Amino acid sequence: MGELTHGSDQVIGGGASEGIITTRAADLLAWAQKYSLFMYPFVTACCGMEFMAMSSPRYDFSRFGAEAPRFSPRQADLLWVVGTIVQRQAPILKRIYEQMAEPKWVLAFGTCASCGGFYDNYACVAGIDKIIPCDVYVPGCPPRPEAVLDGLMLLMDKIQRGDKRPAVVKPRTDPATDNTHGLVQVRRREPAA
Amino acid sequence: MARALLELLKKTFAGAVLESWSQHGDETAVIEPSRWHDVAAFLKTSSESDMSMLTDLTAVDFPDRNPRFEVVAHFYSLSKGHRVRLKARIGDPEGEHAHIPSLSDLWGSANWLERECWDMFGVVFVGHPDLRRILLYPEFVGHPLRKDYPADRIQPLVEYRDVPAIDKVAPFHHDEGMAFGRQTFDHVGSVDGDDPELFPGQKAN
Repeated sequence: MGELTHGSDQVIGGGASEGIITTRAADLLAWAQKYSLFMYPFVTACCGMEFMAMSSPRYDFSRFGAEAPRFSPRQADLLWVVGTIVQRQAPILKRIYEQMAEPKWVLAFGTCASCGGFYDNYACVAGIDKIIPCDVYVPGCPPRPEAVLDGLMLLMDKIQRGDKRPAVVKPRTDPATDNTHGLVQVRRREPAA
Repeated sequence: MARALLELLKKTFAGAVLESWSQHGDETAVIEPSRWHDVAAFLKTSSESDMSMLTDLTAVDFPDRNPRFEVVAHFYSLSKGHRVRLKARIGDPEGEHAHIPSLSDLWGSANWLERECWDMFGVVFVGHPDLRRILLYPEFVGHPLRKDYPADRIQPLVEYRDVPAIDKVAPFHHDEGMAFGRQTFDHVGSVDGDDPELFPGQKAN
């Protein structure tokens, strides 16, 4: 049960050594929700291949309770938007989102779903957050499986903390300081004071 | 390879072949638009050419030229293995009167190719059985691959959400997306309070 407290507020109130635990109802509910995500894969483009790799045994996100895909939005609470969303498809995505019952979360898988990427043109929606609110952005073209796992764990962390604000998955190493690849020298812009 | 074919075209349609050239093994003939269908039908039916396949049909927009558009069709003969490219120049500088006969009665593939060409360039294919948009939605106004279509003009079908700074893209803040490790909001403090500077328009619950 150590995971419960990892990266989140204290959930277990104490008394575990006596064989009982105390908690708050909201925390318990959030704990149950974060390990039981029913996902709706809205797969439109090449990131779908990465999504299949993610759901296969090698990376296996069913370890985190996000096991069963539900192809009815009424039975799902996590919407995976995987791939480019064009203007023609935007009404469908919005309708799917509206059909999902609360509580619901949205994960933008890849650069196209997050911000449109280089599809800055007449046909594409530059990020699904123009249409529906988005909880977690996983950048990458396509994202590494590790990044998607980080995104899923980040979402679980947000569910546990009751945090509805959007978040972005960061790279596991900082490209500004990581010289192991030795390809380019990236200078990080210092934040404004 | 198909240079003899160009000669045959020039001989058969003396006034209709405006130009022709061969470059790197590709043969091109520029056709008078009114004879577009006749030349194509000849290419399909004549035993010397036997163009059984319409590989591609599209258009090019030259905004400084008059006629403005160049319709391009690529033909391939499965039996003889040779190719030829036909072009026709149509349309005035305003993009009007871009009319050309349809080839959809000769090759089935021309149906969708001409619909795409209409969708993207606004070239009207006279005689097409079902000339409507194929890639874009019916509500779309204009033809996006014309050079005078504004590069940043979008026509959303659903209204964009009414939240501040909707045009921003992730990452949202200077310390997001770059630093090591996955993001948490521990530095923000209480998750009950919202930080309007960090997340405009988003309410923490």
